[in-house]
Amino acid sequence: MSQTGMDYLMSTPRRVVTIYVPLAIIVFVLLFPFYWMFITSIKPNEQLVNLDVVNPYWVVAPTLEHIWELLFETPYLSWMWNTMMIALVATFLSIVASVLAAYAIVRLRYKGAQWIGGAIFLAYLVPPSILFIPLSLIVVKYGLWDTPWALILTYPTILIPFSTWLLMGYFKSIPFELEECALIDGASRWQILTKIVLPLAVPGLISAGIFAFTLCWNEFIYALTFISTPEKKTVPVAIISEFVDGDIYRWGSLMAGALLGSVPVAIVYMFFVNYYVSAMTGAVKE
Amino acid sequence: MADAAIGTRTIPAEPSAWSRLKTNRDWLGAWFMLPTAAFLFLFLAYPLGLGVWLSMTDARIGREGIFVGFENFTWLYDDPVFWLSVFNTLLYTAVASVFKFAIGLYLAILLNHHLPFKAFLRAIVLLPFIVPTVLSAIAFWWMYDPQFSIISWTLKELGLITTNINFLGDPWNARWSVIFANIWRGVPFVAITLLAGLQTVPPSLYEAATIDGANRWQMFRHITYPMLTPIIAVVMTFSVLFTFTDFQLIWAITRGGPVNATHLMATLSYQRAILGGYLGEGAAISTAMIPFLLAAIMLSWFGLQRRKWQQGEADD
Repeated sequence: MSQTGMDYLMSTPRRVVTIYVPLAIIVFVLLFPFYWMFITSIKPNEQLVNLDVVNPYWVVAPTLEHIWELLFETPYLSWMWNTMMIALVATFLSIVASVLAAYAIVRLRYKGAQWIGGAIFLAYLVPPSILFIPLSLIVVKYGLWDTPWALILTYPTILIPFSTWLLMGYFKSIPFELEECALIDGASRWQILTKIVLPLAVPGLISAGIFAFTLCWNEFIYALTFISTPEKKTVPVAIISEFVDGDIYRWGSLMAGALLGSVPVAIVYMFFVNYYVSAMTGAVKE
Repeated sequence: MADAAIGTRTIPAEPSAWSRLKTNRDWLGAWFMLPTAAFLFLFLAYPLGLGVWLSMTDARIGREGIFVGFENFTWLYDDPVFWLSVFNTLLYTAVASVFKFAIGLYLAILLNHHLPFKAFLRAIVLLPFIVPTVLSAIAFWWMYDPQFSIISWTLKELGLITTNINFLGDPWNARWSVIFANIWRGVPFVAITLLAGLQTVPPSLYEAATIDGANRWQMFRHITYPMLTPIIAVVMTFSVLFTFTDFQLIWAITRGGPVNATHLMATLSYQRAILGGYLGEGAAISTAMIPFLLAAIMLSWFGLQRRKWQQGEADD
């Protein structure tokens, strides 16, 4: 489907000027920081601090020194591990809760379901940056301070509203007749959910899962506030708080860390980009 | 349950309390909602209330506060740094949102043409949105380095400037620098969502308009734009909301500096509450964000209502 329907009538030179050139510029700007991270992470130090030796856009005698230093002389691997574990557990909890909630709102249509659906939508609009102060007191009170559980249990408040919203759309698209037949055959709601609805909603579960996972990986303010032991930190927090020796920034390792920290999310996302896009549009269409 | 129903033909007895729990919609609904309700109440609704309460106390880290009414707010009212953070937040939100919308819409329209490697292009365009904000913000921090900035180097090589730009050392330079990083991060989300919206516009409308002799601008103005309005309303509400409450990008690049020039309300409240230990005052700054958020939510609500109205209520 094209923008005007008359697209193919445009001459090639005109297409180049009106489409390809602007597109190339925007894509260049969007991707340049990643290139710059990459090139910085393999550049020898003398090329980093003296831009006149060789053209800074290129690298001569690339080195793995920064990456080596990052992986084996800092707790980077344990930061990765922490981030991964927290993201996986929080995602799992959120998806379980969201599936139940979305199913109940869409299919059980209990008293006040509509109202609660609205309340969950509003919950998505409450930003972490106004919750972190009272939450830090609560985390201390519940004895979760400086443990991964502080993050595992608080992240679902960010993840559940969106996942529920998204899954509601998926559940609505599953024909109700399937469930009616099962109900008549005497299946319980739980059996219907696990044996009929969930298998059909797998794409929805995947997109909700990806969304939740990337959001966990991206979360910053809770991780910054609730975790204080350096080894227990998550990648984004550790990178900016543990990589500064006095006034000297280890740019090479810092960039390597930023790049490697992005890789797990990028991989997950590359595999499921279509689910992801349809998830975002699905959510907007709701 | 199934075998109980088959074979016996007796008059069904009054259902037991247990089976009623399992079949009554309202009860079942309550059970299914339980995990979500527990999370959202314990870690969202309760802290939200506690935050408002904290903003009216003089709590510090390690010390329970006592109720002081609106003292924190009157104190903030006389605090120039607070007003500077409000100004910065509004500037940051307004400028970044306008550019995100304009560039995002433009990019969406570009991507909606017939292009080679369309799926691949769409995937790489979304990258800045996917990668954790702090990690890409660090890349910007490095690109804005006062001595070794690649941007300064390039401009010098091109002969456009003679000395390095002090990106993060000068208040206005720092403001534009963080706004640029925010736009960079936000454009993909707007573009991809609007692209999805564009693809739902029936091509027959454009064909009809072409037959009627409409030009490109008229088609955009009278077909594309009205069809996209509801999606634009939702996307921009989210965009405004998340820009307004942004914390991580500023914290990673400037930490509010130089001399508070880039403090947003969120970063200022972190600094006062967690680093400074004045929980009550920090909470008051966060609470002051709520009226703005309510305004954004109202906008979003009306955007959704309008969409329902366009699609017909029955679609719900």
